[in-house]
Amino acid sequence: MNDLSLTILLASVLATAAPLIIAALGETLTEKVGVINLSLDGSLLLAAMVGFVAAYESGSFLLGFAAAAAIGAMVAALVGLFGIYLGQLQVAVGFALTLMCKDLAYFLGNPYARLQGPQLLSVKIPLLADIPLFGPMLFQQPLVVYLSLLLIPAIWWYLYRTGRGLELRAVGENPEAAYTRGIDPRRKQLLYTLAGGALVGIAGAAYSLGIKPGWGRPQGIEGIGWIALAIVIFGGWHPFKVALGALLFAFLQVIGISLQGIWPSVPAQVFQVAPFPLMILALLLVNLLQRESLQQGLRKRPGLALLLRRLQGAPPRALGQSFKPD
Amino acid sequence: MRNFKRHLTDTLLILAIALLFTGLLLLVVGASPLEAFGQLLSGSFGSWSRLARVLNVWIPLTLCSLGLLYAFRSGLWNIGVEGQMVLGAIGCTAVLRWGMDTAAPQLMLPVALLAGLLLGSLWALLAGWLKIRGGVHEIFAGLGLNFVAMGLILWLIFGPWKRPGIASMSGTELFPKALWFPTLEGWRVSPFALLLTLAAIALTAWVLNHSRFGLNLKAVGHNPRAVTLYGLSAQRYMLIAILISGALAGLAGGLQVSGIYHRLIPAISSGYGYLGLLVVMLANFKLLPIPFIALFFAALNVGSIQLPMMLKLDSSLSGVIQGACVLSALLVFGVRRLREGRSG
Amino acid sequence: MQIELQQIHKSFGNHHVLKGIDLRVDAGTIHGLVGENGAGKSTLMKILTGYLSRSAGRILLDGEEVNTADPATAAALGIGMLYQEPQDFPPLTVLENFIVGRDSHPDNHRGRQQQRLSELSEQVHFQLHGSDSVERLTVGERQQLEFLRLLGRDARLMILDEPTTGISDRQKARLFAALRQIREQGRTILLVSHKLEEIAALCDRVTILRHGLVSGEEDAPFHIPRLLELMFDQPPGSRAQPQQCPSGKLLLALDQVSTAGERTGLNGCSCRIHQGELVGLAGLSGSGQGLFLRLAAALQQPQTGAVSFRGISLSGRDHRSVRRLGGTFLPANRLEEGLIPGFTLTDHFTLAHGCSRSEAREAATQAIARFNIRATPESRVESLSGGNQQRLLLSLIPTSASLVLLENPTRGLDVASAEWVWHYLREQFCSQGALIFSSAELEEILAVANRILVFFDGRVVRDLPIDQVDYQDVVAAMTGG
Repeated sequence: MNDLSLTILLASVLATAAPLIIAALGETLTEKVGVINLSLDGSLLLAAMVGFVAAYESGSFLLGFAAAAAIGAMVAALVGLFGIYLGQLQVAVGFALTLMCKDLAYFLGNPYARLQGPQLLSVKIPLLADIPLFGPMLFQQPLVVYLSLLLIPAIWWYLYRTGRGLELRAVGENPEAAYTRGIDPRRKQLLYTLAGGALVGIAGAAYSLGIKPGWGRPQGIEGIGWIALAIVIFGGWHPFKVALGALLFAFLQVIGISLQGIWPSVPAQVFQVAPFPLMILALLLVNLLQRESLQQGLRKRPGLALLLRRLQGAPPRALGQSFKPD
Repeated sequence: MRNFKRHLTDTLLILAIALLFTGLLLLVVGASPLEAFGQLLSGSFGSWSRLARVLNVWIPLTLCSLGLLYAFRSGLWNIGVEGQMVLGAIGCTAVLRWGMDTAAPQLMLPVALLAGLLLGSLWALLAGWLKIRGGVHEIFAGLGLNFVAMGLILWLIFGPWKRPGIASMSGTELFPKALWFPTLEGWRVSPFALLLTLAAIALTAWVLNHSRFGLNLKAVGHNPRAVTLYGLSAQRYMLIAILISGALAGLAGGLQVSGIYHRLIPAISSGYGYLGLLVVMLANFKLLPIPFIALFFAALNVGSIQLPMMLKLDSSLSGVIQGACVLSALLVFGVRRLREGRSG
Repeated sequence: MQIELQQIHKSFGNHHVLKGIDLRVDAGTIHGLVGENGAGKSTLMKILTGYLSRSAGRILLDGEEVNTADPATAAALGIGMLYQEPQDFPPLTVLENFIVGRDSHPDNHRGRQQQRLSELSEQVHFQLHGSDSVERLTVGERQQLEFLRLLGRDARLMILDEPTTGISDRQKARLFAALRQIREQGRTILLVSHKLEEIAALCDRVTILRHGLVSGEEDAPFHIPRLLELMFDQPPGSRAQPQQCPSGKLLLALDQVSTAGERTGLNGCSCRIHQGELVGLAGLSGSGQGLFLRLAAALQQPQTGAVSFRGISLSGRDHRSVRRLGGTFLPANRLEEGLIPGFTLTDHFTLAHGCSRSEAREAATQAIARFNIRATPESRVESLSGGNQQRLLLSLIPTSASLVLLENPTRGLDVASAEWVWHYLREQFCSQGALIFSSAELEEILAVANRILVFFDGRVVRDLPIDQVDYQDVVAAMTGG
């Protein structure tokens, strides 16, 4: 592969990964505080539609993204209210929302289907973009790509280096203990569920306004929400590993598209499902690595053991459980 | 009696909230809610042929929901019903294709249904195995397998089973009439499928509420750690539950092929697996309301078909109403629980 | 800080737990609070710390009425509590645990907090490192961390709930020294415990609760029989000496068994248990006793070594095989592991006996009468009190069982219930099989068992017939001596 096509490949991996990274980081935030927002596959689509319509009507990208973030947060708020305050199964609420948001998006977005809408253009960062090989790859991208890359360290810093991030993690690990220390776990959970939902919304708009521009049926991002959810587990609830997972999946997707050129007889849909068996395999791997028998074998190879320990992560202990003060 | 009254108020409340929400939504897009709801009603129950269509949706939807109930009883979220239904359809098609040229095509029908049932259960077993042996959460295992099933069916339709001439999204070649499930004169519903579904309801009612197996299954769902001490294997019960779930979904898929479409199409499952999850949630994981809710949902699905033509509205309105029902049910149940928790 | 409680009432539904508690604790003292299980100690403490709301009554701090509506308010008033189960965040580091929950902490600088943590540790001679993960600490160390945290946020009233459960003697000594030290600083300490020797050693004054009421107050020096008199309806007499059951055939054999789990794992454990034996497993909580029971029940597989029951190797078998051979296991946390919430008594008998519903209802009715369970066959198990749940579990044991494994069988039971439980177990099972139980109370083991295994750090360090036990030696062995 020559330099040019490698650059194009990597650039498109970054672009494909951008919304996935944003959505998965949003979900990481939500899950770190102990809430599962399962609605991603629906809320991404709804936000994509809302973002597209808002930008189309107003002509403003900013408004488009803001509207998408708002709708993402609104869906998350339902998960929060039902799951955290009414004590309903978070998974049940999330799943119902997944289906409903999808239909809602197609129902409300129907008049806007297949319209030529606004599209984010690539922004070239002066000087940096002229670096050979990496320049065009990293520094000539739509703004959302830069946003996704900036978000990774930002979320990490918030979670692991600030007091509020510490409280967030504390609530996700043990809400009862957090409560005895004067923290209101449910308020925190609602807050970060909203924040995570807003990021998911932004990811949705990143698709309809940039990465897969336009609105139609099918939108072509069905299933992405589920992949984002799986990536959070795959990445062990750690922002850097989650982002790495997103990049890996994006890479496989991009590779898949080029494979399609090699075997034209195989329908495109078959390639589109490729990430899902990979998702299952990845989750299987994460789990098998924690097996006792394997761990014992690893004790003889401390180097490998350390590497694997770094790669895996434990879920927040209170994940998915509703906290209720007496 | 008091229980009945409570369920009735709950039901009315849930419907009211859901319809209010949808009504507002329709006003937002500039449509008349009354007109839209009227269209949904006339589109589903307006004529005998429409009612027959509703029943044709009701059959697979009820079968899937019944299957899900077994999985839920054991504490599993079998989100993979959709894929299990697809595999059922594939199994049924495979047998029918193979049996097209044999001497006794009628004999092929039950065999084809059995094949569908079998393949559906195997696909479910795979999800169950991934959960129990591989530690992959059943939601992700089931969902991933749904997409894999989707890929499989597309490959079959565009590859090995493509129509002579050109492969297309319209599916495989139609089977000869001899391989269709017989229907009554002027009714597009197979009485056999209808009876099968009613039998499945009755059997499920007995198994879940009156058999030892049902009690054990419930125990597993309530406390999988404790049942070990009673000499039960939680894992085995979970596997059996998800197997039954997949068998019923596979049966539904088989009926879709042999009774409705008479060929394999990419959208053979029509999303009934996912919809079944909503049915069971709305039924609050109980058996009795399932057939009725399934009928309501089926009517919505069929009624919404004519929306684009008559009112220029997208047919996904039915899905919006269904989702709104489930969410308002979760709201009503949740508020009730909260109030009971406070007073008790 | 001086604290005064006036006429505190608390009801859960129809259940009146606190029936008007008056309590005054003076500044700069260590005040003990004792009482039988269920006397209302924990409820009272939870009300003080704002974790529960009170039904009626007043709380005064230094003569001023306050309302401890939630933990945040209570903490702001200077009330801190050290819970029996450490209320912390295991995957986080020591320093992070120290910081979480500090007021206006977003501006708290890590470096400054680290310095404060070190200063405080030094002050009371604890050795904790800020960067360690709390997951790797012992319960005692986690408690020390909580203690430092409360010191750090200037708690003026410190409530300690059974602080010495599961910690080593050295840690206990350090904790007591620290408590005396902070008393000198004028802080007030409320010590909740059922270990009267500790109360006697530490407290200036003690309040005794009985059935939700104050039954007495005593000043140091204490006369322990007098405290017991106030705690119990009648002082618990010396229990009947265990009769020596004749030793019969070999039932359970462990050979060089090792496995991971609990805090310490189990290392190289070998042991033979015969028909007629009643074996008590002693040790600090989580020293390997639980693993021993679970291995015997085939709920866990050994990593090395072999377990056999009635001559049949349990390798590769699960608990069902053990059940078929006549083994039974009763877990300590009944509602989580032993019973099925939402199920009725009849449902449980159907599950356990695999019989029809009418037979199960009959069995449940008989068990209710025989085991004196306060319930009907159609009561759901979660509505039963702890004692009644335990009676139900006992009634579910097949009467033909030849090996009964019990984890803390009398935890949460009052003295009379416990005595009844032991009487039943001994009469029913001791001659036809063997009983093995773990207990946090050494006294209980000495009173009922005829053989004792002492666990320390995942090893069996003593294995003695009960009549050869030297109390001091066993206590020392439990803490590594």
